[in-house]
Formats: sequence, structure tokens, C-alpha cells
Amino acid sequence: MTTLNIDHVSRWFGNVVAVNDITMTIGPGVTGLLGPNGAGKSTLINMMGGFLAPSTGSVTLDGTPVWRNEQIYKHIGIVPEREAMYDFLTGREFVVANAELHGLGAKAAQRALATVEMEYAQDRKISTYSKGMRQRVKMASALVHEPSLLLLDEPFNGMDPRQRMQLMDLLRRMGDEGRTVLFSSHILEEVEQLAAHIEVIVAGRHAASGDFRRIRRLMTDRPHRYLVRSSDDRTLAAALIADPSTAGIEVDLAEGALRIQAVDFGRFTALLPRVARDHGIRLLTVSPSDESLESVFSYLVAA
Amino acid sequence: MYDPTVARLTYRALLGRRRALILSALPALLIVLAVAVRALSGADDQVAADLLGGFALATMVPIIGVIAGTGAIGPEIDDGSVVYLLAKPVKRPTIICTKLIVAIAVTMAFSAIPTLLAGLILNGNGQQIAVAYTVAALVASIAYAAMFLLLGTITRHAVVFGLVYALVWEALFGSLVEGARTLSVQQWALAVAQKVTDGDLVTSDVGLPTAVILLTVVTAGATWFAGQKLRTLKLAGEE
Repeated sequence: MTTLNIDHVSRWFGNVVAVNDITMTIGPGVTGLLGPNGAGKSTLINMMGGFLAPSTGSVTLDGTPVWRNEQIYKHIGIVPEREAMYDFLTGREFVVANAELHGLGAKAAQRALATVEMEYAQDRKISTYSKGMRQRVKMASALVHEPSLLLLDEPFNGMDPRQRMQLMDLLRRMGDEGRTVLFSSHILEEVEQLAAHIEVIVAGRHAASGDFRRIRRLMTDRPHRYLVRSSDDRTLAAALIADPSTAGIEVDLAEGALRIQAVDFGRFTALLPRVARDHGIRLLTVSPSDESLESVFSYLVAA
Repeated sequence: MYDPTVARLTYRALLGRRRALILSALPALLIVLAVAVRALSGADDQVAADLLGGFALATMVPIIGVIAGTGAIGPEIDDGSVVYLLAKPVKRPTIICTKLIVAIAVTMAFSAIPTLLAGLILNGNGQQIAVAYTVAALVASIAYAAMFLLLGTITRHAVVFGLVYALVWEALFGSLVEGARTLSVQQWALAVAQKVTDGDLVTSDVGLPTAVILLTVVTAGATWFAGQKLRTLKLAGEE
């Protein structure tokens, strides 16, 4: 059982605080590290992997510090976000080299290549690989020594849906085997499909932690804003405001549209088309105006 | 202090098609020059010493040292692929020592062998000039490789700084300012070469003991420092 402890960790670059006083414990199973781009996920993962010293605080693996400690890599497998690999090698040569650096042989490399189902292309140069193939070979290189902790930085970036499913299955399996698997992502659905436990980071701060369903509920229950244009805005507004799912409506004269704030997402989305039909109103535009992840996350931080 | 896997990866990166072509360009030019000079003016010890000293040792060896020394680690740090070496239970000084050995071997191969060949072509090793400059190239290869490997761990612009050192400091200041010559790898190597020659065509401004001490200090110091740099190398994220 491997536990990664992040204890009051901050990291700043000059005047910019990338990670701000984060404390979390990552235990066995799959954990998703969720946050919008630029939230500090990579910085945090780099500190977890011993590639960056925390400015304050400490990162320990079962009590042993990870910074400036090469021996820790006997237990850690890392899948970096950056694309660069040794492109002039074949997939097999690359994974064999990684195995050798762990003091292992070609057998371990072959097993890892089989695990990620890359045997069919193992003798091709890495420079000819697609993004998904690269990702899987990176994965094989991180698995050669069967680490108890696996750190993956945005592993699904650029993968097609089938490759994504395969990698998710693999990570799920790793988690079920009792390994500690942590992956970062800025895509809610990825995390939802894979991790029961999530850690949310926004603007360098630890915004939420725990069971995915609870956090998801927080996210869907937040007030949603819509911009609606119709053939009769005022009639529509009057009908909508009568329902408790709508908290407020503004008639935006300049835009020629309604700005609606809904508090019950499910009920409102069913209500709007029904009200329009009942009143003979044509809906011209219905667009959510704050669906960006950033707004979802900032709501979470405030919650 | 040596890891065969790190060595293999470094060799393959250094001797990839494009870099191998760059590494071969100056040696090829040296051989062409040697053949042309020999054909036009016959065997002449002074001309041989001038070409080997002025071009081979003063220009070719440091430039090859820059390409091999910085190329042994710089690109990996630049593009982040060094993470695959660092995320292993391999001591960082071992990685540096291995890369240094490879850089030295490549620099020696691409500078000392052509120097010897050119010397033989120019005057058939008369007054041991060919051997002397080959020894100088071998000695200089060690110090250059170590210095430029360190540079590769410190800065993204290692090649530029390396070339500035090699061409501006060694070649320009070295010929204008006397004090600069004491702090020149080229002069240290010449001091060792001087010992090998029986004539007076190979000379150095630095005494042999000073040269040996400075060569050792620079090589060992640069290697140690590069190891330290790698231990605390920060691979910042892309954010």
C-alpha cells in the first residue's frame, strides 16, 4: 500500500504563485486531479514526481521525501505530459532502455508493451507514432518496473475515443490491483468515468476533495445562466419566472435577448421548451452563457 | 560511474544523421585543406604546424567539443525527454559521467583522428607535428567536452555560449591578450603537446605543470558541477 502525502505544499515562480498551500493524501486506487488549464496541476505533479522542489511544505511517499531522492523511482512510474521522447528509437528499444535503467531486462519491457497493446508497432520508430501510440509507449515505459505509484499528467490529451477507453481500462485495472494511480485532467467527463475520488485544483488552490458524485452534484446544482432569444421575449419571461426553477430574468434590450438565471438545471431545461410551445413562442437562441470549465470551477471554489 | 544504457542513448542521439553530418563537416574540410596544401606547396613543417595549430586545434576541436558536449545533454533537457533518465533509480552523477565519457569519445574521434590524418598528409609526421597536435586534440577534447557538457545543463543557449567561448575567447582574445592565453584550453593542450614534439614548432604560453593542474581542475570541477545541476534540475511544467 502506497500513500503519497502532500503537506502544506506551495510553489512559486518569482512573483507568481503556482501552487498555494495544498495538503492532500493520495492513497491506493485511481484519483483524478481536476482543474482548468493553468491551475497548477502540472506543477503539483512535478513536485509529486520529485522534479520540482516545493517552495514550502513537503511531498513524501510512505514517509520518504521524493525530492532529491533517486531511489524513490523504484516505486514511482511517471507518464509526463510533454511529447518529447527518444524519437530516433523504436518503441521496443525505448521501453527496453527504460527497463535497463531500472536494472531489468527485455522481458520486463516486453510485458509492459503487451500490457499497453503496442507489440504490433514496437519495431517502428517512435517518430512515426501517432499521439495515442506515443502515449501508450510512455505508459509502457512507466510500467516496466511495476511501480506502486503511477503519476500521469494529462494522459488522455490527443487520444481518440477508442484509445481513451483502452487507457481508462488499464488505469482502472491498476487501481483495482491496489496501486496508487493519480492522473490529471481538465476535462470533467474523463475524471468522472475513471476516478471515484477526485481532487480539484483551481488557481493553485485546493478547491475540493472527495467523492466524485458529491462534487458533481455541487457542479450541476449551481445556478446556470442562459441567453435566450425568442419571438416574444416578454411573454416567455413572464411564464418562466412563475416557475421556481427560475431565479431571475433580465431583459437585455441592447442584445434583444433574455438573460435567465436557472437554479434547478434539470427542471429548467424541461420547462423552457414546454412553456414556449404552450404559448406559441418560437425559440431562436438558447445558449448557456457560463458553461466554461473556469466558471464551473470558480463556482466550486466559492461553494 | 558508468551506465551502458545512458551511454547507448547518448551515442545514438549524438550520432544521428543530422548531427553526424555537422560533426563530419569540419574534419572533412581539414582533410581537403591538407590535401590541397600538400599538393600545392609540398611537405613543409611550418605550414603543417600552422594549419594544424591555427585551424585544427584552434577552431575545429572546440567547435566539435561544443557540438558533442552540449549535444550530449542539452537537447534532452530542452525538450524534456531527460525525464526518462531522471525518473530512474540511477545516480545523477552517474548520468553525467556517462554522458561525459561519450562526449569525450565523440569529440576525440571527430577531432583527433582527422588531425592525425591531416598531419600525415601535410608532412608525414615530420618533427612529430602530426602526433603532437593529435595529442593536443585528445587532451583538449577532454576539457572541452566537460566544459560544454556543463554548459548544456546550465543554459538553453549552450551552443551559442560555447561557440562564443571557442571563437571569441580562445581564438580572438587568445591572440590579442596575453593573460587570456593562460586561461585557454588550447594553450593547456599545447603545453602537453610541446612535451611530445622534439622541434620547436609546437609551443605553449603555459608551463606544463600549470596546464595539467588547470586541465584537471576544469574537467573535474565542470563534471562535479554538472552532476549537482542535474540533481536539482527543475523540469517545470508547461503551465
